[in-house]
Amino acid sequence: MSLQAELEQYRNVLIVRLRGELDHHTADVVRYKMEEAILRGSSEHVILSLKELQFMDSSGLGVILGRYKQVKSKGGKMVVCDVNPNVHRLFEMSGLFKILTIHDNERNAISSLEVVS
Amino acid sequence: MNGSNEMTLSFSARSENEAFARIAVAAFVSQLDPTLEELNDLKTAVSEAVTNAIIHGYENDPTCEVTIEARIEGDSVSLTVSDSGRGIEDLELARQPLYTSKPELERSGMGFTIMENFMDRFEVSSRIDGGTRVAMLKRIESKKALYN
Repeated sequence: MSLQAELEQYRNVLIVRLRGELDHHTADVVRYKMEEAILRGSSEHVILSLKELQFMDSSGLGVILGRYKQVKSKGGKMVVCDVNPNVHRLFEMSGLFKILTIHDNERNAISSLEVVS
Repeated sequence: MNGSNEMTLSFSARSENEAFARIAVAAFVSQLDPTLEELNDLKTAVSEAVTNAIIHGYENDPTCEVTIEARIEGDSVSLTVSDSGRGIEDLELARQPLYTSKPELERSGMGFTIMENFMDRFEVSSRIDGGTRVAMLKRIESKKALYN
């Protein structure tokens, strides 16, 4: 089982769709892809779209937290959407919801960012 | 099922094997007919323990081995994940939520907290240069009625 990360630029927002399993082994790919897109791209904000993320553990939390700091240091916002119950529990347990806003779907996530930008 | 059912699995300390380990345990436990949530809890706990062994115990040395022992007894599954790596200096500190000994690697420091929360019983023992052993137990709710 592996992980695919699909990145799409929508106006000033980088949409990252993760599909598969995010663990220590696959975290590096997500880290490099997102790091590069955030540093070199023109996007201000990031949406993490997790509808097809079937598994995540604390290594996933680490890479998400790392990108959150990166986006925040550039003055942007990071939000998540389409979170399944398992991933939701991990976010809750780690207190990530205190810093990341959660939305039902990409459309809601985009409109929330357009309000703030 | 009468009596207990056991399995032991040893594999190279490679990150590719994290997925293999949690899927193998999930397949073994599936005979207890767990819910998807119970299965996910077990997979996550295994993933955390195996990742710790690879990153912290062995510092990614693929020539080393991680061992998982699983035992099904009644409505419960017991798991031990062990390595013979460098060991944990301060267990008390390591178990604190958000603590990580490797902040440069973007570790969240939530591994032990997740294992404690997702399993019904959790114990960790470690010796410097003698390795670390995580022992966990989870009751599978759907089986409880049969054994009460």
